[in-house]
Amino acid sequence: MTDVMTEVGAIDCDVHPSVPDVAALLPHLDTFWRDSVVERGLNSLDSNSYPLKSPLTSRPEWRNKSGLPAASAKEVGDQVFGRWQSGTAILNCLYGVQLLFSEDMAAAFCRALNDWVVKEWLDRDPRMRASIVIPMQNVEYAVDEIERCAKDRRFVQVLVLAMQEVPLGRRHFWPIYAACERHGLPLGIHAGSAYRNPVTSLGWPTWYIEDYAAQAPGFQSQMASLICEGVFAKHPGLKVVLIESGVTWLPGFLWRFGKFWRGLRTEVPWVDRAPWEIVRDHFRLTIQPFDAPDDPHAVERAIEHLRSDDILLYASDYPHWQFDGDAVIPAGFSPALRRKIAISNPLATYARLKEDAR
Amino acid sequence: MAKKHVVAAASEIPPGGRKLVTADGRAIVVFNLGGEFFALSNRCPHRGGSLCEGSLTGLVLSDDPGHYDYTRRGEIIRCPWHSWEFDIRTGKSWCDPDRVKARRFGVSVEKGAKLIEGPYVAETFRVSVENDYVVVEA
Amino acid sequence: MNIEVSAKARANGQNTRLDIVDCDFHPKLTIEMMRPFLSNQWWVYLQTYGNRSRHGYSKGYAYPKMTPQAARRDAWPPGGGLPASDLEFLQQQHLDYYGISAAIMNPLSPTGQGDMNIELSVAMASAANEAQLIWTGREPRLKSSVVVPYEDGAASAAEIRKRAGNKDFAQVFMLSRTGEAAGRKRYWPIYEAAVEASLPVGIHAFGYSGWPMTSSGYPSFYIEEMTEHATAAQVMVTSMIMEGIFERWPDLKIVLIECGFGWLPALGWRLDKQWKRLKGEVPHLQMAPSEYIKKHFWVTTQPMEETENPDHLLEVMNWIGMDRIMFSSDYPHWDFDDPFVSLPPSLTDEQRRKIYSGNARALYQLD
Ligand code: FES
Repeated sequence: MTDVMTEVGAIDCDVHPSVPDVAALLPHLDTFWRDSVVERGLNSLDSNSYPLKSPLTSRPEWRNKSGLPAASAKEVGDQVFGRWQSGTAILNCLYGVQLLFSEDMAAAFCRALNDWVVKEWLDRDPRMRASIVIPMQNVEYAVDEIERCAKDRRFVQVLVLAMQEVPLGRRHFWPIYAACERHGLPLGIHAGSAYRNPVTSLGWPTWYIEDYAAQAPGFQSQMASLICEGVFAKHPGLKVVLIESGVTWLPGFLWRFGKFWRGLRTEVPWVDRAPWEIVRDHFRLTIQPFDAPDDPHAVERAIEHLRSDDILLYASDYPHWQFDGDAVIPAGFSPALRRKIAISNPLATYARLKEDAR
Repeated sequence: MAKKHVVAAASEIPPGGRKLVTADGRAIVVFNLGGEFFALSNRCPHRGGSLCEGSLTGLVLSDDPGHYDYTRRGEIIRCPWHSWEFDIRTGKSWCDPDRVKARRFGVSVEKGAKLIEGPYVAETFRVSVENDYVVVEA
Repeated sequence: MNIEVSAKARANGQNTRLDIVDCDFHPKLTIEMMRPFLSNQWWVYLQTYGNRSRHGYSKGYAYPKMTPQAARRDAWPPGGGLPASDLEFLQQQHLDYYGISAAIMNPLSPTGQGDMNIELSVAMASAANEAQLIWTGREPRLKSSVVVPYEDGAASAAEIRKRAGNKDFAQVFMLSRTGEAAGRKRYWPIYEAAVEASLPVGIHAFGYSGWPMTSSGYPSFYIEEMTEHATAAQVMVTSMIMEGIFERWPDLKIVLIECGFGWLPALGWRLDKQWKRLKGEVPHLQMAPSEYIKKHFWVTTQPMEETENPDHLLEVMNWIGMDRIMFSSDYPHWDFDDPFVSLPPSLTDEQRRKIYSGNARALYQLD
């Protein structure tokens, strides 16, 4: 495909910087943790959600000589701002600090990771923005980390993984959502697992492709949980961005959920309107991957089933290999919709993008 | 013009009670809410469940997640099939009150003595002068 | 009741002559019906310890239902007993009332499926199958399903072989929440025996896998349990495709019962898309995942998807294929679909005929 399906000045809502190894984070850890890492021989926190050499983790030509994709602000900038002419990129770092079992260690690594992102990325390219990675292992620590990072207005979102120890709607998490609301930060939920539970409700699958496919059901569960527990009744200003979710599962999921809500809503009376209305007000989804056939007509139909032009956000998911050539936006999106998802939808979602950078 | 149908003796439907009746071939359920009578089409507007066989419940609202505010006990009928709630006073569904409603019928309680003068249709009924009767307009 | 029947029959003049096969009907086989087919040891065991599903409660469900027995409130037999336990009443209320010509029985409990004690599952599955035959003997419109103790592949295969050739059995019956995803090796003997017996394998939403109901642990509410049946079905279909069982058994046919179907096209698209990148991991697949779905899967209608825009429902049905969709009522459960009013009115006559009976007659080889 030779078509360049991008938009000039777009806000790319999902770009993944790679942490080369634990050593890169050492300068950002305090002395105890720095020494521990060395003494204990901890040299990798790469997650099984994205095996480094898996074709999905990066398109081959986007890897550097040592096989690492998206290794520097320059490499990412050349692709995202250079070739695709985006104006802004939101960095979602997926290094596996969220998987650690020790909440203390997790908090230390989250701090180090966020500081590393500032130093190696945000400070090097003014077009970059980032998400705050938080230790969901401990809600207080998570809120502390939001408070600490939120002062830097280049952090525009709080990032958590789609698969957690318990569903995200559960109420002990709510101080996190209060902090998001307070600081104008959407909650970004990205594909991936903390591996506290099997990645499917039927246990551990055999193949990696099953693990990745299971992300979509993982998002469905989180959406149900956030709505059913009443997160949006309590935090009407909260926006949730589903990142790398696959998108097209949404209509079918909402039909089922909406149907059951009509008969079972007294169990959750704070859900006082149909789930699809809540979703249209509070949820946004990034467009890569867009799980649809290559046929533009099918893509068009899938978009029509979403019944909303407001909920999609432009994203390349660079360097994950979700599309070929430069077709960041799948064929089948109308020109008007392309412009909307590229700029006005992200601006409406990320309050901080409307401000000048610090 | 809706005709007035004598469908039951008032004593058959005590407060909190309900009865399935027919008027003009239509299945109608008559409710008594603390002495006030209401009549709804028995056919659930969703998929036709028989509302008369549903369960009587209250209105569940919430002003805060975790709080169940339960009022108007006995004034909501839940369809026996998919459990949609209908307000007995208005026929409106809770889930989609503007578009999904059980049809309402006018209902009143009349003295037997008055009924005998007409113009009432007592389809299967023997009316006696000294009793009260439920009259549905259908 | 009589008035309602005649009013409805009038309103549905032509529909009453429609040939309807109900692909999801739940008989309540009581443990007393099964008793003659259980050994004394298991009978005493059941009296003492009962069924132990893979969750905490000894009676009832992990998530309390919204109606007693999750049943339609009008399905309790006037003579007493549980919904769908009284053959005469259900004949009247369901089979006769809607003029159903055949109904596939999918017994849910007590059948011992997914019990913590697999040997108990083995004993109870066989007893449940014998109990079904009592009803098919009394009511020829009913068809049985071979209940299998699915966590024991070999015993399941033996049970299927025991029933093979008996025309009263229309399919093999499993629940969707298995202890491992349904494509895994431990279940392969079931598929082998099913193909050998020329029986489709019906997989009904429900059961307790022993794993949390989401990949993020247990949700809080029953409404979530209900939506999660569709997510479990998604990973189940994924597993069956990726493990290559359809390459091993090209004649294997799977019926997704009460799993919903709105999610199925999007799942196929997702798998195709990822397969393009990750083919190398699963070289045993000979075609795109969505092609396996088209070739090997059937779906039942209930709970019928209700879309905001009715055209979208038709589109989804077309994506799945009108020859793959089969009507089901789920009698006597609360989310029952009424055969007269549940399908989209804009289907063509030909499509209605297929969905109401044609597809099921062909798949289940009903005459
Ligand atoms: S038929 Fe009444 S709620 Fe569905």
